[in-house]
Amino acid sequence: MSTTDLSANTRNDATDLQPQFANLAQQHVAGQLGMWVFLVTELMFFGGMFCSYTIYRGRYFEAFRAGSEHLKIALGTTNTAVLLGSSLTVALAVRAAKSGRRSLVVGWLLATIVLGTTFLVIKFTEWGLEYHESLLPGWAFSFEEKYLPEAQLFFSLYFIMTGVHGLHMIIGVAAWLCLTAWVWRVDASNRRATAIEITGLYWHFVDIIWIFLFPLLYLI
Amino acid sequence: MNAKIVEPREHFLNEGYSVRSWLLTRDHKRIAILFLISITLFFIVGGTAAVIFRLDLMTPEADLVQSETYNKLFTIHGVTMVFFFLIPSIPAVFGNFLVPLMIGAKDLAFPRINLLSWYIYVLGGVFTLWAILSGGVDTGWTFYTPYSSTYSNTHVMATAIGIFIVGFSSILTALNFIVSIHTMRAPGMTWFRLPLFIWSTYATSLIVVLGTPVLAIVLALVAVERGLRIGIFDPALGVDPLLFQHLFWFYSHPAVYIMILPGMGVISEVVPCFSRKPIFGYSFVAFSSLGIALLGFLVWGHHMFVSGQSPYAAAVFSLLSFSVAIPSAIKVFNWTATLFQGWVSYATPMLYSLGFIGLFTIGGLTGMFLATLAVDVHVHDTYFVVAHFHYIMVGGMVMAYMAALHFWWPKMTGRLYPEAWGRLSALVIFLGFNLTFFPQFLLGYLGMPRRYHVYPPEFQVLNVMSSAGASILAVGYLLPLVYLSWSLKYGRLSGDNPWHATGLEWQTTSPPPTENFQHPPRVTRGPYEYDGPECQHAQ
Repeated sequence: MSTTDLSANTRNDATDLQPQFANLAQQHVAGQLGMWVFLVTELMFFGGMFCSYTIYRGRYFEAFRAGSEHLKIALGTTNTAVLLGSSLTVALAVRAAKSGRRSLVVGWLLATIVLGTTFLVIKFTEWGLEYHESLLPGWAFSFEEKYLPEAQLFFSLYFIMTGVHGLHMIIGVAAWLCLTAWVWRVDASNRRATAIEITGLYWHFVDIIWIFLFPLLYLI
Repeated sequence: MNAKIVEPREHFLNEGYSVRSWLLTRDHKRIAILFLISITLFFIVGGTAAVIFRLDLMTPEADLVQSETYNKLFTIHGVTMVFFFLIPSIPAVFGNFLVPLMIGAKDLAFPRINLLSWYIYVLGGVFTLWAILSGGVDTGWTFYTPYSSTYSNTHVMATAIGIFIVGFSSILTALNFIVSIHTMRAPGMTWFRLPLFIWSTYATSLIVVLGTPVLAIVLALVAVERGLRIGIFDPALGVDPLLFQHLFWFYSHPAVYIMILPGMGVISEVVPCFSRKPIFGYSFVAFSSLGIALLGFLVWGHHMFVSGQSPYAAAVFSLLSFSVAIPSAIKVFNWTATLFQGWVSYATPMLYSLGFIGLFTIGGLTGMFLATLAVDVHVHDTYFVVAHFHYIMVGGMVMAYMAALHFWWPKMTGRLYPEAWGRLSALVIFLGFNLTFFPQFLLGYLGMPRRYHVYPPEFQVLNVMSSAGASILAVGYLLPLVYLSWSLKYGRLSGDNPWHATGLEWQTTSPPPTENFQHPPRVTRGPYEYDGPECQHAQ
């Protein structure tokens, strides 16, 4: 089995088509639309939390700002750069997949996995630091008197929002791991390119959530 | 034309009999049957809870169960009926079965995700059943905070997780429908040649996709608060208890449209067939589905008129709630106009549909009472509200479900149910239903609060009537369980199209083959051409 150029894959096209579809174009469009619809649900999922955060920030501006100052902007900024970089590697992987260059695809996907994991490591480190500063909401929480009790609400929302985002990152990294293994072993270029494109959409979405999360929590 | 009816040799039911062929199926028709069995089980669970508390309510005192148990019973009734029966019902059973057939496709866009949707439903159901069996939950199906997040000592978390999980089942099904309807219609099947059931299913799916995630996050937050003791809805942290209510009702109001829209789609299929006329005002009915979906997202505050929300917001919600009645009314007018000067016949599906039109109208009109701010102050949290939504959900939606079950039973099973028993059951259900719920309008208006275990003795007569009606209703639901099961083995063979209905699903065999159509269909005409030459008069 050739390990390099797979662009002349016409003999595989017949096996790529799932039986419920009339043709490959329909399959491709359906896959894309499916992922976009799923992303709409994800948007609404995060939207509830963003909405609550915004309302309470407006109501308890001082306490929230004080809480925000305890967040590590340097780590957050690094994470933003890491995640943007990973979106770039994903876009490059999609481009490589469309031209059928398997080893390049694998390379860019591995880079994405590394960057995604880096993000998670930095995030966990941040949380660890916050834990040691007694910023974890609950009985161990301590903060300057004049900003209590609302500062604890800030940290509740912070941990939950970054936690749910982190969970989506973990799922994304797991998806890339599976996809990389599949690309490495299986010879099905059309489905492969579509799958990478669709997972890429998901990844870009998780990135965009962070792009909103970061300023909202850290910067303003 | 009177040739002996033979069962098709190969169809989706006899292609493989093993458990594995059912549990690992990708066939949307088999998945529909899996859902049919599962939701029936939950209907029985929810119905049993209702039987118990309606028995207790025959006397003004708390004498059958303890008050804590009573609270758990109505909560379980609400949770199982809303999340595990009504929301999945028509979409997961008839949507799954019919959408590919009606659009002329071989299956949905994502068959494995469809199967996953059923497994997710089962997982959510297991969580919730576990919560019920290990002691139940007593917050009411609405889970208001801070009772649910802080003070309740019952299995809130398990139930919340169960509903969270089953929400994804809903989302995946809706996603599948949206993608399939957009991308997999047969050649010639333009949007305006689609059956109205598809329009309704599509609108329902839009609501599911936009609304269910908000429920997911709010339940997840309640679970996090209970599990990790991180305060989100805790008033001690400065949180407004209304935050939960806004987030909860932002989904749960559109949820009621998720429940009723598919039922309306069914009526739009049955009424033209048994009037032998095309539906009146096809585009109005089609667009009204989308209108309901849109406006349904703008009215959630009408559940919170007495909660302390801003009176200006309340006024806006009231006005919008009046507007959302309009697209529903448009449908009722169009169904009625379809009946006018039609050749109307009264098979069981038609009886249920006519019942739907009447009872849904009553339920909807009483919604207008509730949308009126001043009236709502008086009847909020009373049996008036309970009667209102049961008229729509049971008098409307469950009757539509029964209509669908009887209308498409021949298509799904290849058998006819015994028509006399069908009509008798419909009548029993109609009478039992009205006896159960009409007194509740009176009770509510007279001031009896909902969710109360004990009540003043002067309300007993109406309560006894309601409970008596409930027992008749129970019989009415048990009858189809018996005769439909009987018909699987002993019912007459139906042939491809016993109702002489239009629609692509009737152009294939009953039951259909696994790949739905022997030859891929091409569509050249509109959906309700009942005046066409090949359509004969029914029966």
